[in-house]
Amino acid sequence: MYSVNYHRAASVTDAAKLVKNGDAKLLSGGMTLIPAMKTRLAAPSDLVDLSRIKELQGVKVSGKTITIGGGTTHYEVASDEKLKKACPALAHLASLIGDPAVRHKGTIGGSIANNDPAADYPAALLALDGTIVTNKREIAADKFFKGLFETALKDGEIITAVTFTAPAKAAYEKFRNPASRYAIVGVFVAKGKDGVRAAVTGAGDDGVFRSKEIEAALAKNFAASVLDGMKVPAKNLMSDIHASADYRANLIAVMAKRAVAAANA
Amino acid sequence: MSEVSLTVNGKRVSGVAEDRTLLVHFLRENLGLTGTHVGCDTSQCGACVVHVDGKAVKSCTMLAVQASGSTVLTIEGLANGADLHPVQAAFKEHHGLQCGFCTPGMIMAATDMINRHPEGLDEATVRVELEGNICRCTGYHNIVKAILAASVTMSKGAKGKAKQAA
Repeated sequence: MYSVNYHRAASVTDAAKLVKNGDAKLLSGGMTLIPAMKTRLAAPSDLVDLSRIKELQGVKVSGKTITIGGGTTHYEVASDEKLKKACPALAHLASLIGDPAVRHKGTIGGSIANNDPAADYPAALLALDGTIVTNKREIAADKFFKGLFETALKDGEIITAVTFTAPAKAAYEKFRNPASRYAIVGVFVAKGKDGVRAAVTGAGDDGVFRSKEIEAALAKNFAASVLDGMKVPAKNLMSDIHASADYRANLIAVMAKRAVAAANA
Repeated sequence: MSEVSLTVNGKRVSGVAEDRTLLVHFLRENLGLTGTHVGCDTSQCGACVVHVDGKAVKSCTMLAVQASGSTVLTIEGLANGADLHPVQAAFKEHHGLQCGFCTPGMIMAATDMINRHPEGLDEATVRVELEGNICRCTGYHNIVKAILAASVTMSKGAKGKAKQAA
């Protein structure tokens, strides 16, 4: 790791000032950024640590509205009793990220800001028609995820929370790489008041995306059986040493079917 | 450079370290606590697991300065003198180690796991929760047995004179 200057932010306002230092990066759980710095893939001059900012932490459920602070760890999301009742699919998703020690540090805000093409949370936020709240504005998930590791965030903009309406039904299923445990394909399906949304992670060559074919099939009937024999086009899907685009296309249909079955269970 | 102040195994300690110093290196090199190991250095193997403010974390993926102000428990702080912690005693009893390299991380992860599951553990849960700890010798069977046994011992409150995990 190259030399770096560490700053601990006391508040979001404080962090917004500190992040103007040199080529600074925001540090939340550090579960991606620190490994990237160790391998010198990232070399910020300064780090602004958000992890001690209380206002960024916690899950709030108010009627159907769920708000999760950007600094809330995967462990807290996975074990929050209110969330387990209001949107068990998201709590379950958080319990599948990394391993227990990683979940104790990694945060929802950090994961979304990084927008790894195989990360789990982007699929959830997109399928739940969520909103990303920053220290400057609110951004719809549909406009937030811009491609591989790209988001609508401007330099120094800080995710303070994510918010969404609890769906009537939802579930997440992922097919994991046996070594890295990242999603080769993950599908989050949600049936909300405005219809069915299905978002796919791990597979798109431009990051997380909504599957039109699966959404169209489920809009008529939210049942796993409507996805029998479903063909998802392999165009614009990733091919790599882990899986070909055709294999991923098939897995999208399989994971979507399992997710719908779980959502209806 | 930053001043790093921690409470490690119940003792207040401080030292000056470069901001890029990882917590595991601070523990091993500044404090001489070499029980915490570096295996993969890529947050996968879990040999470096310690507890920070009561939660298991990978100390190779956290800066020492990030932990400043926190309470840290390492493998050296688990036993009470000659009295092994129930998890250590169970690893000994059930032969949950061979070369021993992964053992400090395994024991710290296991202690955290048992603390998070006061309702008790079953074999499937233990295996899933050991996701982030790799052992290349044992094949895990005896590690799983040891954790299940320690979970039962600890739920009975038979903690002996050993300190509870922070």
